[in-house]
Amino acid sequence: MKQIVIISGKGGTGKTIFTASLAALASSKVMVDCDVDAADLHLLLNPRIVERHEFRSGKTAWIDPALCTACGNCAEVCRFHSIDEGGDDFVVDPLACEGCGLCARICPVEAIEMRENLCGEWYISETAYGPFVHAQLGIAQENSGKLVACVREAAKGIAQSRHLDYVIIDGSPGIGCPVLASLTDTNLAVIITEPTVSGIHDLSRIIDLTRHFQIPAGVVINKFDLNLDNAEEIERLCDSIGIEIMGKISFSVEVPRSLVKGVPFVEFSRDPVAHEITSAWNKVASVLAGGR
Amino acid sequence: MIISVASGKGGTGKTTVAVNLALALGDVQFIDCDVEEPNAHLFLKPDLTEKTPARVMVPEIIEERCTYCGKCAEVCAFNSIAVIPPNAGTKGGVLVFSNLCHSCGACSLLCPEGAIREVHREIGVVETGQAGSIRFAHGRLHIGEAMSPPLIRQVKRHIDRTRTIIIDAPPGTSCPVINALDGSDYCLLVTEPTPFGLNDLVLAVEVLRVMKIPHGLVINRCDIGDDKVETYARENEIPVLMRIPFDRVIAEFYSRGINIIEKDRDYAEKFRTLFKDIRNHYETDRNHQRKRGHG
Repeated sequence: MKQIVIISGKGGTGKTIFTASLAALASSKVMVDCDVDAADLHLLLNPRIVERHEFRSGKTAWIDPALCTACGNCAEVCRFHSIDEGGDDFVVDPLACEGCGLCARICPVEAIEMRENLCGEWYISETAYGPFVHAQLGIAQENSGKLVACVREAAKGIAQSRHLDYVIIDGSPGIGCPVLASLTDTNLAVIITEPTVSGIHDLSRIIDLTRHFQIPAGVVINKFDLNLDNAEEIERLCDSIGIEIMGKISFSVEVPRSLVKGVPFVEFSRDPVAHEITSAWNKVASVLAGGR
Repeated sequence: MIISVASGKGGTGKTTVAVNLALALGDVQFIDCDVEEPNAHLFLKPDLTEKTPARVMVPEIIEERCTYCGKCAEVCAFNSIAVIPPNAGTKGGVLVFSNLCHSCGACSLLCPEGAIREVHREIGVVETGQAGSIRFAHGRLHIGEAMSPPLIRQVKRHIDRTRTIIIDAPPGTSCPVINALDGSDYCLLVTEPTPFGLNDLVLAVEVLRVMKIPHGLVINRCDIGDDKVETYARENEIPVLMRIPFDRVIAEFYSRGINIIEKDRDYAEKFRTLFKDIRNHYETDRNHQRKRGHG
């Protein structure tokens, strides 16, 4: 079983559109959406939720006004400035509280309770393309990295029990906590970039990240024909550090239409983009099989 | 006034809108809070004159005082300390996983032996400078670091409230976004009229409602996709303050780091109008809130 993650650094370069097509192209796989705070893959895979699980993680302080003597010790020790004197009582700003529990430990009258957070939900679904594990982080909740780890664990379990060949993971933008959790222990990171100055800037940071964690990486240049000079620069950059270009995908106005229709692009259109996505997948599969 | 530009979904044009708004207004302060992938400097091209390391506090064990009692590991809510008790003649040990540390200070404050001191750990840098009349600050998170909020807060310390501030927020709806938006007077949400754009817009709006920040929309590439974003905005009484049609020429300029308002003077006027509309909406919203508050 091989785990493939699709990441990009910069947002909106086409990760999810590419990933959804892999759902249609790859056989024997489980799909995973690890972009848990702005999950979109379900919009193209039309899942039927089979299992629904609560995701609880971390705690938030709550001050019992009946017990609080307003000594102010809690507000003094809180590094996150999450406790304010609201009128006569001290109150916790749940958005600022990081759940360290220091206030509860030092409160002289034990007026502070640490309450477990319900941070979101995760789901195991069936789709026309096979099993799909996805999640939704609650509004303004944290611990997205832990939720990512949780959905990945479930997906890995499904892949093992059903003897599937691939776990295909749609990652999130950026290089921080959810991305690290999506990247760890994968066999290949497919980086989707675009030939823009910001695309190139963010590409070099995400490549550094894959190297930092020693994850093999390949690059797909989306909308490469929007700026051929920049596309060439990306190819030179990748060539100079030994990262393979696994595909180049043209710009197409058909892409937003496929989103509106709610189907993976390769099932929507037969234009050159569908062909380019297919050859990128073939390349990915052959690299994973050990071929070149 | 602090105006932040956010989106939920990545790549909808946050940075484009924030940068062009700043350029159209001129005398503003620009704060790029997307510290994982900062891009605004590629378009504003500021002269970055100052670079300061961004640090967080992490525990360091003073070995000679430590009795391996395990209190620090017990109080750490983030599993960033492990204590190995001494065993059959072998010395004990304390492992600190500083990348998991949230710098809450519980371990050092609660250690009964006073055996923990806090030391600095660098997680990124803050760079500041000037782009014409625009004052500029951004942060760059070091590769491999998981937590961006402390760096975002450090970038925001450069905010000069006497000015108009434009904040470029990171994508998503979780902690980095909340830290970037905290304290904003108004939030401009940049979206695109596709099911992805709408799905993530709805989440972003819910975050802004929780944070009680008034908000309006910019619909980018407004002529692709469908009309569901417009319907959603109407039904939820969220004003659409600007619509930018898709233009391959604009997209090509963007790819080279060239800003729309440098190529199309009409856009300078459109962005100044956008600012006026933001101010009007903000004032109306505030008066409305006040009236409700006095009920």
